Amino acid sequence: MDQASPILFARILEAIPAAPLLSAEFASRLQFGWTISVHILFASLSIGLAPFIVYFTWKDVRTDDPRYARLREFWVKLFGIGFVMGTVTGIPMSFQFGTNFPVFAEAAGEMIGGPLAFEAKMAFFLEAVFLGVLLFGRERVSDRTYILSSVLTGVGAWLSGFWILVVNAWMQTPRGFELVERNGMQIAQLTDPVAAFFTPRMPWMYVHMINASVISVTLLVAGVSAYFVWRKRNSEAWNTALRAAVVLLVITAPLQAVHGDAYGRHVADTQEQKFAAMEAHYDTGQADLHLIAIPKSADSLTDPRADNLWTISLPAMGSFLASGGDFSEEVVGLHEYDDNPPVALVFWSFRFMVGLGFLFIGLALWGGNLLRKGRLRESDRYLRSMILATPLGFAALLTGWYVTEIGRQPWVIQGVLKTNDAVSTTLTGAEATATLVAFVALYVVLLAAFGFAFKWLIEGELVRMGVREESDPDRPQLPLVSSDD
Amino acid sequence: MTSPLMLSTEQYLVPSLPTIWFGVVLFTLAMYVALDGFDFGIGMLYATRDEHDRETLLAAFGPVWDANEVWLVAFGTTLLAAFPPIYSRLLSEHYLLAIAIVMGLVFRGVSPELREQRDDDDWQRICDRLFVFGSTITPLLLGTLVGSWIFGTPALSAPSLLTGIGLVALSLASGAAFVAAKTRGSLAADMVRYGTASTLSYLGGVVVLLTVVLWTDPVGVRSLLLTPSAVAVVLGSVLLGVGGIVLARRGRHRLWFASTVGLSALLVALVARLLYPTIYPASGLTIEGAVVSPLALNLVTVLGLPVLVLVLWYFKFLYDVFAGPIDEQGAEGGY
Repeated sequence: MDQASPILFARILEAIPAAPLLSAEFASRLQFGWTISVHILFASLSIGLAPFIVYFTWKDVRTDDPRYARLREFWVKLFGIGFVMGTVTGIPMSFQFGTNFPVFAEAAGEMIGGPLAFEAKMAFFLEAVFLGVLLFGRERVSDRTYILSSVLTGVGAWLSGFWILVVNAWMQTPRGFELVERNGMQIAQLTDPVAAFFTPRMPWMYVHMINASVISVTLLVAGVSAYFVWRKRNSEAWNTALRAAVVLLVITAPLQAVHGDAYGRHVADTQEQKFAAMEAHYDTGQADLHLIAIPKSADSLTDPRADNLWTISLPAMGSFLASGGDFSEEVVGLHEYDDNPPVALVFWSFRFMVGLGFLFIGLALWGGNLLRKGRLRESDRYLRSMILATPLGFAALLTGWYVTEIGRQPWVIQGVLKTNDAVSTTLTGAEATATLVAFVALYVVLLAAFGFAFKWLIEGELVRMGVREESDPDRPQLPLVSSDD
Repeated sequence: MTSPLMLSTEQYLVPSLPTIWFGVVLFTLAMYVALDGFDFGIGMLYATRDEHDRETLLAAFGPVWDANEVWLVAFGTTLLAAFPPIYSRLLSEHYLLAIAIVMGLVFRGVSPELREQRDDDDWQRICDRLFVFGSTITPLLLGTLVGSWIFGTPALSAPSLLTGIGLVALSLASGAAFVAAKTRGSLAADMVRYGTASTLSYLGGVVVLLTVVLWTDPVGVRSLLLTPSAVAVVLGSVLLGVGGIVLARRGRHRLWFASTVGLSALLVALVARLLYPTIYPASGLTIEGAVVSPLALNLVTVLGLPVLVLVLWYFKFLYDVFAGPIDEQGAEGGY
């Protein structure tokens, strides 16, 4: 034993360098991907909730109808929690440009620094300051200022998205710069701010992303409202919220499909490689469109090619969509490139997103029809479907984001800088792996905590509606705004 | 040549524009140190309070902390917009420190928010501990990072760590002053005691730090410290610190808080003095060498600076709305 333990100790020490450390580059990419996947949920929650918050606040203040007070209180509370989550997960995003991708930050600093600074100064401050008023200031400001605060909070959220997407769109379709040598490296020097801010991708991305956020939150509001209505059919407040959500879904879900189709053509024009990855199109030439694709084996899941999939395909339809009407349009295939994005991730993410998009249109039409007949609250099947669909908007949004970001690889700035050249040269695999593990652990806890907070919010509302007993008798009664149920 | 926005691509709007932006970057840092500093201080003081006082502390910073924290983002993005190489180097060369700071901010940020979502003693205890932990560790690490920046020293070195400890003490002092200004009675009396101790610790820490730096002379800082302006800033800090203690004892709590804001401003002024005209002493990079091209800087000047003024204006609005002492007996912790 006395002799064995030093040997054992030495063996452990020997094993440590062999521990499965990721490379600095791969760990950095995973870390950025993971942290933005969590952050984007909260960022879109703010963007999507904004119109609901403004509407409920305005109705509450103007009509003094208690159901709007209740809806405002519930959703502003969720907005507040979501905003805190968005803030604390957003700060690491901007830091990581410097910590993990300093070459990118330095090379693109002139192009992205301005928009990111405008985001902080014009949008983030606006949202944070007026959310403070919205959350704590009902008794301290006039009605008009209170409504204005809700509007400015929403404007802050939407403007924030604008400047962030200015940056991202520039990375997809960079314009308005020239490459020059400075401090021993190639950097992008600004030559035309208008071209750099309003790149070809910018309007497409903004409309698609804002609408995706609104759809995601609309499904969330609809799902939560449907649950409350399902528990208590005559709840006026939650029937109102459900109706509002269904109306918004009827407008936004079809819009996303029509817009997405045109957006796809734009991607085909500006990022041929990404488009080819979305369609798993390998050989340059006429492209088919695989409507439904089922992998025949595990191999074809990770490497989707037409002959390895059971597909329902529309011949030449890929060409038709890419060109906007020409079946014989030649579409560039992935074989043209030495270095391709992980095709499977892009291909399946794209199908997942589009599939969900059509499901949302179905739910919108179904709900719109029930609403027209005035039978929304009676349809058990619809209420249950909406409850199940609660998180699906966010799932579609995330996979859509993967199509955009993973599909752009190997480039971090399309055609200008590759991701593996942008990574820090001083970062070690050990450091990057350690922080990756820490971020994964921390954000899993964060997501769980948010989930619990949301659950408690819902339970509190159930108690307030009188359909659930207060579980803890010592717990003070939540202050009732007033009771309409 | 002019671009479509009628901004010159050849020369800066005024020749000193790069230096002005050096000032803007440090102004955003000063705002962060002053405003989130008192949030951190409240978080540390939180550990010393009972349940009722804790609610009062949370009410004191609830409406403003989130907006205060945005000044860190303003600092980072302004640095990136004006001096991208500095942003890249500062963060990539202090990788673990930078990541630890953002994680500390996560603990500080979410714990008070989550705490309020459930009346459960165990749950609240966990949240409270994380809150105190995050509020203490973040200024410590942030100060360490700033120390490493200006002295070019590694994180685990006396100059860097002493800067971190100094920022913790300063945050504690401004937290105590803010709480005293927002409350009455026994809480305020306790705050004066904590404030006095932390201000003296801060001043003592600065003296020790400067002694160490004068002794070891990292990146040639000694000659910069022995200039009239640097000496004036240090003397000013001592006067303001002692003056703050006097104000605190006389019950002039709002003025006391103003003096701690002044201390934060002087600290950042010292940072500026020790950097200028270099901006990254470790590699000797100067403001002129790190600044973006004329067009890029002219653009952020025309679009960004007016907005910064607007931000200051609605910060004033926010603080006016929540001005005055907290109703310590009231529901929802005062608001």
